[in-house]
Amino acid sequence: MFAYAIRRIIQSIVVLLVVGLVAFAMFRFMGDPIDNMVGQERSTVDIERLRGELGLNDPFVVQYFNFLNNAARGNFGISYQQSRPVFDILLERAPATLELAGVSGLLAILIGIVLGVFTAIRRDGLAANTIMVVSLIGVSLPTFLIGVLLIYLFSVELDLLPSFGRGEVVKIGGWSTGFLTVSGLKALVLPAITLGLYQMTLIMRLVRSEMLEVLRQDYVRFARARGLPEKLIYFRHALKNTLIPVLTVTGLQLGSIIAFAIVTETVFQWPGIGLLFVNAIQFVDIPVMAAYLMMISVLFVCINLVVDLLYFAVDPRLRDDNAAVKI
Amino acid sequence: MIKSTITRTLDSDFLWSFRRSKLAMGSFVVVFLLLAGALFSPFIATHNPYDMTTLNLMNGFSAPMEPNAFTGDQFWLGSDGQGRDIFSTILYGLRLSLFVGFMAVAFALVLGVSMGLIAGYVGGWIGATIMRIADVQLTFPAILVAMLIFGIAKGITPVDMREEMAIWVLILAIGLSDWVQFARVVRGATLVEKNKEYVQAARLIGRHPAFIMIRHILPNVLGPVMVIATISLALAIIAEATLSYLGVGAPVTQPSLGTLIRIGQGFLFSGEWWILLFPALTLLALALSVNLLGDWLRDALNPRLR
Repeated sequence: MFAYAIRRIIQSIVVLLVVGLVAFAMFRFMGDPIDNMVGQERSTVDIERLRGELGLNDPFVVQYFNFLNNAARGNFGISYQQSRPVFDILLERAPATLELAGVSGLLAILIGIVLGVFTAIRRDGLAANTIMVVSLIGVSLPTFLIGVLLIYLFSVELDLLPSFGRGEVVKIGGWSTGFLTVSGLKALVLPAITLGLYQMTLIMRLVRSEMLEVLRQDYVRFARARGLPEKLIYFRHALKNTLIPVLTVTGLQLGSIIAFAIVTETVFQWPGIGLLFVNAIQFVDIPVMAAYLMMISVLFVCINLVVDLLYFAVDPRLRDDNAAVKI
Repeated sequence: MIKSTITRTLDSDFLWSFRRSKLAMGSFVVVFLLLAGALFSPFIATHNPYDMTTLNLMNGFSAPMEPNAFTGDQFWLGSDGQGRDIFSTILYGLRLSLFVGFMAVAFALVLGVSMGLIAGYVGGWIGATIMRIADVQLTFPAILVAMLIFGIAKGITPVDMREEMAIWVLILAIGLSDWVQFARVVRGATLVEKNKEYVQAARLIGRHPAFIMIRHILPNVLGPVMVIATISLALAIIAEATLSYLGVGAPVTQPSLGTLIRIGQGFLFSGEWWILLFPALTLLALALSVNLLGDWLRDALNPRLR
């Protein structure tokens, strides 16, 4: 177990170092950042001064070392586009993305489990079949199309909900929250549905198939024979035993929610990290791209590491030494 | 010979399961119509929407099926701000979306299959490195990988080349984000084929490894590759639309369906709903039918999954 954990952690660090190298290579070799920052009117003296300030005249190794050293301390340099430290921009944008991702994740889990249980219990009913077909359509459509169509329906035709932005936000310390105002909550509805829909259908289908499996077991039949109320059997006996795979999948989907926030944030012009990244790509703002790349890699590598180690702790079959090598 | 091939095809399980599935036939018809529309768009479209000489600014913002207030011209699906016929822009956009989708899958297929063959047949540290890269790439969502590759490639190309290179960069980005599935499946199948007698015989008579890989092993691992290719096509079309919608894909001068939806969203609140809605519905039909067709094909070609 210990050897496996160490090997797995070293692997993760290597992955992060490689990603760091990619990020640095982007940083160093892609175009001349000065071109993107100054107009044609700037004098060569100004340009040279800026070049020195940004450390673009240092030798390669020094720049790489500086990059790693700074990145480890959360310093990703100055955005070419906004001329402000990238870290400050990220910090300012983070609450919007985290709130959106949190709400959509919660929605996906709650509604996904409820619908999953429902479609499993009434597996031949008309409502359950309709839900299954609709969920199939939901899975095969691109996220942004769902968002755009929701805007068309609820913002343009029905005029019920706002189509962009976060509404009014309240500042608590360094955290700006949209939870405390009516417009903030209203603005959250459509983006949260758009972002959570895919995960919701995924969880729903998983819960449904697991439930169908569990409901066939003898202990459920025995519970029925004892005359326990249906509600108790479904939620106490059956649902509890379906939750382990659901939790694993949900954990793995956590990263995807944050990554797919890019699309949803662009559709709804939600001022989060994802929108920042899209704008960074459009304007070739390398420091922001590099910082986002590093941040998301740390997130993904950590989630994968934790899930792998948990599997290992839970499943004794993996503890066989030969199996560990294969992983 | 030809006759027997035809009767064999007509008699096959494959066609039988196709004729039995209404959903598969329906999606096939939709895909076929869209493909034909894309292929023959210069002949079907009322004009080339990106040829400035065919545009009349006075035709701007005509509603669908209503004669324009100034010129009296009628547009089936309305026109955009510059007087382009939406029906024509959809056909040209569809053409681009499908072109990028097919090219990206072809690129991913060639790259993934060769990597998989090498990883499976040659093995050793080369194979281990290839599969390690594949594993790492698989931990990140494909769309994110594609965006990053697009961003990097955009940074490398000179500023004045960006517009014309954008489509090829897009194909490269989507293809590179999608090769892993092919490589994994082909490697697995190659590891099985490698130890069979015909491969050993070929090795014994001194065939070159590259020859064995391409002529002997490749034909035997192609079955599952075709299934993955269809599913990849659906994913590639969605990826292209998403990237273009985000503004990191097809440029405004050569809009794909995703770009059209991006442009259309800007007119949504001023009442010109047709600029958004018709491209969106076209993409919806395309994504849905290719997906359904892919699902059906996977079931039909993989009897074990039934």
